[in-house]
Amino acid sequence: MRVALDFWPVLIQWPLLLEGAAWTLGLTAVATLLGSAIGIACAWTRANGPWPLRAAAGVYVELIRNTPFIVQLFFVFFGLPAAGIKLTPLTASILAMTINLGAYATEIIRAGIISTPRGQIEAAESLALSRLQVFTHIVLPPALKRVWPALVSQIIIVMLGSAVCGQISMEELSHAANLIQSRNFRAFEAYILATLVYLVLAVLVRRLLYWAGPRFVFGR
Amino acid sequence: MSASADPSATNAVLVAPHTEIGAPVVRITALRKSFGELEVLKGIDLDVMRGEVVAVIGKSGSGKSTLLRCINGLEVFQQGSLVVDGKPLLHESALAMRELRQRVGMIFQSFNLFPHLSVGRNVMLAPRLVKKRKAEENEARARQLLERVGLAEKFDAMPDQLSGGQQQRVAIARALAMDPAVMLCDEITSALDPELVGEVLRVVESLAEEGMTLLMVTHEMGFARKVADRVIFMHQGRVHESGTPEAIFGAPQTPELKQFLSSLHD
Amino acid sequence: MVDFTLWDILRNLLLAARWTIVLSLVAFVGGGAVGLVLLVVRLGRNRIAESLIAGYVQVFQGTPLLMQLFLLYFGIALFGIDTSPWVAACLALTLYTSAYLTEIWRGCVDAVPRGQWEASASLALSFGQQLSHVVLPQALKIAVPPTVGFLVQVVKGTALASVIGFVELTKAGGMIANVTYEPLLVYGCVALIYFTICFPISLYAGVLERKLHVGQR
Repeated sequence: MRVALDFWPVLIQWPLLLEGAAWTLGLTAVATLLGSAIGIACAWTRANGPWPLRAAAGVYVELIRNTPFIVQLFFVFFGLPAAGIKLTPLTASILAMTINLGAYATEIIRAGIISTPRGQIEAAESLALSRLQVFTHIVLPPALKRVWPALVSQIIIVMLGSAVCGQISMEELSHAANLIQSRNFRAFEAYILATLVYLVLAVLVRRLLYWAGPRFVFGR
Repeated sequence: MSASADPSATNAVLVAPHTEIGAPVVRITALRKSFGELEVLKGIDLDVMRGEVVAVIGKSGSGKSTLLRCINGLEVFQQGSLVVDGKPLLHESALAMRELRQRVGMIFQSFNLFPHLSVGRNVMLAPRLVKKRKAEENEARARQLLERVGLAEKFDAMPDQLSGGQQQRVAIARALAMDPAVMLCDEITSALDPELVGEVLRVVESLAEEGMTLLMVTHEMGFARKVADRVIFMHQGRVHESGTPEAIFGAPQTPELKQFLSSLHD
Repeated sequence: MVDFTLWDILRNLLLAARWTIVLSLVAFVGGGAVGLVLLVVRLGRNRIAESLIAGYVQVFQGTPLLMQLFLLYFGIALFGIDTSPWVAACLALTLYTSAYLTEIWRGCVDAVPRGQWEASASLALSFGQQLSHVVLPQALKIAVPPTVGFLVQVVKGTALASVIGFVELTKAGGMIANVTYEPLLVYGCVALIYFTICFPISLYAGVLERKLHVGQR
């Protein structure tokens, strides 16, 4: 039998795909910034904090890492309103992605922190740096440098995972594909093209972050 | 086979190769090999006679390890021919490669024992899989060979429980179990602590006395001088000079060999 | 309107969780088998096969699992085959799992020193014998912890099958939330059940990992 594929009806809807891709990138950018901040804070807590905070950070990390992102997203978007917290698809998406990335980033950055040679910290402390200064100036930059590839991979996993946000009507890339196929019934073609765009985004974001890391994050 | 004063020779277990005494076991003709643009072997001609012990010396990067690795097909060469115990080396034929490798024993610098197998199983693996040797016969042979290298009691030990010198001796027994016509030794004592070098060299020496054909790349000049019938000096991918140990070490002809030998004393 | 007790909710979720587990096992076993075949083909040193498999891995790791599910669901239908969410989910998750596992395992094979290949080749072992008697047993040892760890990813991945209408834990949660008007409680329970399945596996993978490192010392 013959399978007739027709990409044209999808291709003429390219502005929708572009817009969707832009939203996907935007969501990822915000989640990366906020999630990394959470990751750094929790990693510090897990390494140096008082034990109740340490335990809390541990529970957070394990809860998130052992449940699916889609359930986290539905919990935030469908569940929280029942507790009086009403969120738009955009804020719910950002919140869920941030919380998710934060947990993985915590573990990744922590691994970088604990591999800091003891002598580095002792040297900094004997130069009379405060504990916070030691962390931000001596421990963190080389730690981030060591784990940068793992962190970048995780950011890309979160970006690809954000396809689920279309399920709560967040108008990102997968949602655009869904919209297109509902107009022209070319579901397979629409999803193929959207998937290709994801693949391109994944490659580009990886390149971008590998380029940006040494320049803006941890120094060369 | 010459009689030997070595008591271990009483349980000599070497199997005679196909090659007649006095004929070449290894015959290398016009062999050339490049890694990409870089030519590392620039036309090697070398015959190793049955029972002969040949030591290959030279600077690192002179191609001596590559030459050894060509002989059992670990490296692919571009030109020339290579025959071992009557079997030509044909890279395209997996079957021919395996035929050839059964006649060539290789001892590596880093031992390369299989860490997940006991000493006995290390020795018995290839005869069981390749030669389909029967279990009892295989085990008896393995025990015999381990005794031969002085490690009879280590049959059930795991490789990581052994010293480097013991591991290397197991590697020798493992290679012997395949009844090779020639043994290739690639700097087999370079990874060893100095105090362990002797025990390995003594095993090699006794093999030489029993008539095993040996081709060894070595940095142990004293050993080469004592055991080798012929010494080959390699320089920039060629056999630069060769001769008896006395000639090579006592009366070097070329400036490169003189420089190499004097650099050893620095 | 019917009143639902917490037990009603939990019981129905647990019944649906069986399908999560079945789907996970199918994907894990199927993906493992496909992944192993891909691994062996990849190690056979055929340039074309190697780059094809590298592309396969890149595509499955560089695109959303959700899109892979959609593509299989609609792709099979294109061939005029009446597909069910169950078949599409099994296929998509199997392929997804195989791509990740083959990559994980290749890393483990690469971690076996080259000298092991060379030594076994020198002893005249065939490629298959080198692989099965020398390299794979060593690679297997280091492969167990990350493989067990990846099982957690598979279990979580099955949640996406809900989107194409396969009734497993997440889908059941959505349906129950709709009839009970208790989304917070229901999704909380759903999360907790996933956690109960995944956390022990994560812990076990961690234990295996530590054991391996102690053993290597």
